[in-house]
Amino acid sequence: MKIETNIQTNTNSVPLQGPDSYREGVLSIFILHAMHTSEGKKMLEVNTEIMPQELMCLFGHSGAGKTTILRILAGLTKPDKGRIVFDGTVWFDSEKKINLPPQQRNVGYMFQDYALFPNMSIEKNICFAQKVKDEVEVEKLLVLFDLHSLRSRKPGQLSGGQKQRVALARALAAKPSLLMLDEPLSALDYEMRTALQDEIRKTHDLLQTITLMVSHDIPEVVQLATSVMVLRNGTVVNEGKPEEVFDQPPNPLKGE
Amino acid sequence: MMNQDFINTLLLTGKLAGWTTVILLVIGFPIAYLLAYRRFPLKVLVEALISMPMVLPPTVLGFYMLVVYSPQNAFGRFMAEYFDVRLAFSFEGILIASVIFSLPFMIQPLQNGLQAIPASLREASYTLGKSEFTTFVRVLVPNMTPSIITAVAMTFAHCIGEFGVVIMVGGNMPGETRVASIAIYDEVQALNFHTANQYSLVLFGISLVLLTLIFAIKRTPNP
Repeated sequence: MKIETNIQTNTNSVPLQGPDSYREGVLSIFILHAMHTSEGKKMLEVNTEIMPQELMCLFGHSGAGKTTILRILAGLTKPDKGRIVFDGTVWFDSEKKINLPPQQRNVGYMFQDYALFPNMSIEKNICFAQKVKDEVEVEKLLVLFDLHSLRSRKPGQLSGGQKQRVALARALAAKPSLLMLDEPLSALDYEMRTALQDEIRKTHDLLQTITLMVSHDIPEVVQLATSVMVLRNGTVVNEGKPEEVFDQPPNPLKGE
Repeated sequence: MMNQDFINTLLLTGKLAGWTTVILLVIGFPIAYLLAYRRFPLKVLVEALISMPMVLPPTVLGFYMLVVYSPQNAFGRFMAEYFDVRLAFSFEGILIASVIFSLPFMIQPLQNGLQAIPASLREASYTLGKSEFTTFVRVLVPNMTPSIITAVAMTFAHCIGEFGVVIMVGGNMPGETRVASIAIYDEVQALNFHTANQYSLVLFGISLVLLTLIFAIKRTPNP
């Protein structure tokens, strides 16, 4: 019942999307989802469109709903209501009861803990991601991410920065049509972060698709992103180019 | 000093424990998987039922098994008519009872092992396009070997230590249902303390080795 009323108020402020027309590479997101956080129930409301080849940062405090959005897009969390269309394919539609499983969405998802398979060597981790076995491609990725000397090691023997490179290489190996990175750099020290920002940029350029990245580090966002979505308690409070978003004088996030 | 009877009894004990472990490994994994990752109605009741053998007197289970096995009841009649198998006082009978009685010793370690694997590993595999089955075989099983070894060792050790269910369902038939734990009781009744001691030493040794293995596994840090 509560969700219903929320939709009503939402339709007044942000219009729902009209009928589909195929737009290549566009990700259109409309989500209404009750998040159960430690601070109680929060409504996540997102209604936006992301253009092809954008590198968008989801920015906001912890609990704002950044990770939940990524999980919903990947098909790992089912939103209460909404509609997600990517590149003309409906991934989720609560009214038509469409919900593609993660396996059919072909997204690259880099988890906060990198989620490398501990039983597999670095090389095997990358091979596992390939839909069609291609050893030449694996070699390329190993070279590209400077992992050649580590190929036979297990993830447990790697540093945080090395793991991150493996995770990026593995995400690339699957040739995803959408790349999502959940706080890829948060676990690393400053030097490592700046070095790996370049890796992320490189990955994004190689894939030539939309990249969504969760971050709460303003310099990082300004450095990398082509657009920013600022979230607060589940609501999008600002959206635009990083320069515009962070230069607005009454920045609600700087004070906190 | 080892006579044929002694060896046969130990072999039968090993055969019962071995088959029970193999069967439970096959049926235990799907059950543990469902309990670890799925939500369904009355799940707590299912979990409680599976754990019942840990608290229930073996005689209670044995009694119910006898009732079920009886040709006067559906299951016993079905087994008799279609497979010509008589379950009461037979090896097949104690095997089925033993599988049920050891269920928690297999399922609980497997369930704990599955739950201990970070959800992100499964989810990463799904986003890479892998099915649940592929994920299970290639990602989950290889990353829970300590739990699998624990489950197998616990089940085997528990089976060897079984007494009440076997004596209720199987009695004491040499070569068919007379396992070591029952032989000990039997030999003591007959005042053959020497033979009883031999059996006891073997069971003591096996159990100690298996439990030491389990504790050693628990101490080794995860890879």
